[in-house]
Amino acid sequence: MSFLIPLLIAIPVFSAVANYLVNANSARWIAAISGFIQLVISILIWKVYADFRAAGETAQFLLTAHYSWFPLWNINLDLGLDGISVTMLIMTSLVVFSASLLSWNVKNDAKLFFSLLNFLSAGAYGFFSSLDLFAMFFFLELAVVPKFLLIGIWGSGEKIASAMKLVLMLMGGSALLLTGLFVVYYGAGGNFSLTELASNRLGREIQLVAFPLLFIGFGVFTALFPFHTWVPDGHSSAPTAGSMFLAGISMKLGAYGCLRVATYLLPDAAVAYSPYVIILSSIAIVYGALATLMQTDLKYMNAYSSISHCGFILLGIGMQTNASILGSVMQMVSHGLMTALFFGAIGLIYQRTHTRKMEEMGGLLKSIPFLSAVFVIAGLCSLGLPGFSGFVSEMTIFVGSWEHSDAFHRVATILAAASIVVTAIYILSAIGKVIFGPIRQASHISLEPATFVEKLGTGVLVLAILFMGLVPFWFTNLISEDARLIMNQFTLLMNP
Amino acid sequence: MNTILGLIPVEAFLFCWILLILGLKISGKNSGGLYVNLLLLGVLVAIGLVAFPAPKAQFGDLIHVNSLNRFIRGLLYLGTFFIVIQSSSWLKKHHHAAEFSILLLVVLSGLGLMVSTGNLLIFYLGLEMASIPLAAMASFNLTSKMSGESGLKLILSSAFSSGFLLFGISLIFGLTGTISIAEIPVNLANSTLALIAMVMIFSGFAFKLSAVPFHFWTADVYQGAPMGITAFLAIVSKSSIAFVFLTVLFPILSAIQQVWPTVLIALILLTIFTGNIFALRQSSLKRFLAFSSIAQVGFILMGMLVPSEKAAVSVLYFLVVYMFSSICIFGVAQWLEEQTGKDSLSNFKGLYKENPFAAWSVALGLFSLAGIPPTAGFFGKFFLIGSGFQGASVWYVVLVGLNMVISLYYYLKIVKYMFMNEVIEELEKPQMALPLKISLGIGMLAICFLGLSNWIVNHLSNLF
Repeated sequence: MSFLIPLLIAIPVFSAVANYLVNANSARWIAAISGFIQLVISILIWKVYADFRAAGETAQFLLTAHYSWFPLWNINLDLGLDGISVTMLIMTSLVVFSASLLSWNVKNDAKLFFSLLNFLSAGAYGFFSSLDLFAMFFFLELAVVPKFLLIGIWGSGEKIASAMKLVLMLMGGSALLLTGLFVVYYGAGGNFSLTELASNRLGREIQLVAFPLLFIGFGVFTALFPFHTWVPDGHSSAPTAGSMFLAGISMKLGAYGCLRVATYLLPDAAVAYSPYVIILSSIAIVYGALATLMQTDLKYMNAYSSISHCGFILLGIGMQTNASILGSVMQMVSHGLMTALFFGAIGLIYQRTHTRKMEEMGGLLKSIPFLSAVFVIAGLCSLGLPGFSGFVSEMTIFVGSWEHSDAFHRVATILAAASIVVTAIYILSAIGKVIFGPIRQASHISLEPATFVEKLGTGVLVLAILFMGLVPFWFTNLISEDARLIMNQFTLLMNP
Repeated sequence: MNTILGLIPVEAFLFCWILLILGLKISGKNSGGLYVNLLLLGVLVAIGLVAFPAPKAQFGDLIHVNSLNRFIRGLLYLGTFFIVIQSSSWLKKHHHAAEFSILLLVVLSGLGLMVSTGNLLIFYLGLEMASIPLAAMASFNLTSKMSGESGLKLILSSAFSSGFLLFGISLIFGLTGTISIAEIPVNLANSTLALIAMVMIFSGFAFKLSAVPFHFWTADVYQGAPMGITAFLAIVSKSSIAFVFLTVLFPILSAIQQVWPTVLIALILLTIFTGNIFALRQSSLKRFLAFSSIAQVGFILMGMLVPSEKAAVSVLYFLVVYMFSSICIFGVAQWLEEQTGKDSLSNFKGLYKENPFAAWSVALGLFSLAGIPPTAGFFGKFFLIGSGFQGASVWYVVLVGLNMVISLYYYLKIVKYMFMNEVIEELEKPQMALPLKISLGIGMLAICFLGLSNWIVNHLSNLF
């Protein structure tokens, strides 16, 4: 079964090439079919993984594949999955499938568009399933250029400036990351292997140097305050599929790296630096939520709220309890699906109304009922209504954070929880303005209803969000054991 | 007798080939196409001959032929071959194609001698054999004043740096009584005089490599010279110097290890920063490439910080990658310059709409120089920074990394021109000639697969 991961990475690469060689119409079919195959394979991987676990397999990583890459440097292409990466793969494939369906009508060189989109997903799959730091870095960087082209060519507004800002900031993060990786590499006597680095812990001095480099480096990707400034411009200038990918998957790459590399491999330093992580993520949560209040553009609204939501992920990582880490993994999945759905809905509405300004819209429920419903569902999930995935994950983070009983952690938790109220304000007022009320523009009275492809693309994500909100234990069962393994690093610290 | 026959078959062949072209020229043949084809054939045969093993040491200890310098020779000649293909349309129209061919072949044999040297004397001989004809070639746009200026600046700066080198070499000879590269490190003690000698030799090299602060000639020379020569200077000439730096200077420098990394890291940062910051503001294509190549030299020098097998492999690997990346860019740049008659970055505007193949070729080359995966340049930069890592403190490496952000900015600016801007003036012939297309195609394939496949790195690590 070890061929499944390489297959999952190879399929988007092949379809990226195929997309570019055919004409625009075939390209969208290839992209949709390849997205569907990726979804099927990732669900198959989930099934196989669960069967292995049910059969009593205790190894931390399953479905491993090993290829020697650069023996001189002791660099290998090591692939393997634990529960956390399995959920990430499913999330990625859902978003990719939906994004390729929602880009059905993309104009202007569609084949290059789909080709780049597939490249992005190949990078994400590779990143989530790599067990070698070099390979992770390679897959992380793979997405840099496609993002630039996607935003620069198909974006809107100040697209080139936004694309440049985004790519340069991410590259700056990568520069720190690169240095941090070498600190770890030479600290461990020339080793990039995740499993070996986890079992032979680095010296405290080395960890203290490497942690800020790695955490900030990955943090730039996941909008760690104050390195979040690329998010609003980048997300709102990107084309629909681009925003879905950026907010849904790309920000999770950084969060996953913060958890899997910075925290898991460097627990001493993670404990030492945890107050800073908590402070920065609390600022991101509160600042993101307050900034969202001021937005009039739907895409900007969702972009700022992403900063706030990704702050929850980092808060959970910084709190370092079993439940908070479990919660932050859930939040990665939940936010990935929810924000992709939100951007998708906004994109589809924009295609019809030709405006993203809230005050220019109104009463859309009457003209486009299906898309309005999707918009509302995404909004409710975003504000953490019970029954949707957002509630489960944010709740778990708060429960985990509350385990710390000192004032500092309590204040941070209360601040974060209070931001939910702000979230409710901006989400409900946006829904009120856009969906309900009177129709404000004559041209909005009759709008083209959602096509089948669009219904399918959004429906997949809606189902996934509901599924995760209603039967969360399917996911928690998958993740909790691995979250506990990460926590083990800390308990070993207390009782060596 | 054996040594004479073994007189490195490549050199002997190149000599005969020069005579042949000379003979044809004297007998009055004056078709550019003939000489270009002869030149291409000659370079191709030379590549083939490099592949044959030759006697290891020749003329006593003067010339060493080993698999390592056979590899680099093959690489240099291959680069030359591509460059000649890419400038063949310019060369065919030139009245002095025969002279050009002769000069180029002399340069090639000089470079060959230089990289297979076992002795500082032969090194110097090869270096001069390669630099003087190059200056003549740089002024080969006979009607252009800038080309003349370029040739003059190149010859003056070469002479200047040779002066430094010779002074250093003579000091070394005075200190150790030998100029054999194998014997110098044994006899060289750590003294002030040795330090001065090293500084002199290093300055000479830095001149040729155009490391900051010895880089002032670079932009003017690159700008004035015909595009083919600019490419040759940036790719072949620079690679050969970097190789000699690695194989000749490294062993000698290890005698004065203590000061070396501190000096070098300062120089590296200065070189990368200067190259990048000046490249930001260029509007001339050739000046842009000149400054970007200065920044690349800084990265190559990263591999010289800590002597190790990894470092040496990284430098060689990067030279291979650098060659293919530059060829992809220079080929298209030359093709555009011929059509528009301008040496300007705005040539690239809207290229993707007119000729996607050319645009991808430039884009891949730029991504590779910027160090973005999956191109080979990513691996090259990663290895270089990694091998220099232990020689510098963490914060220097962060600075080097942040420079990759600056360089990404100006490389992406060209990508933006190609993919996102509208065409300014339409090209007369948006289609390329087949040989040019093939050379770009090979370059693109190499960029895509030299890193993903570990073949070349493993091959290089077997050479040591």
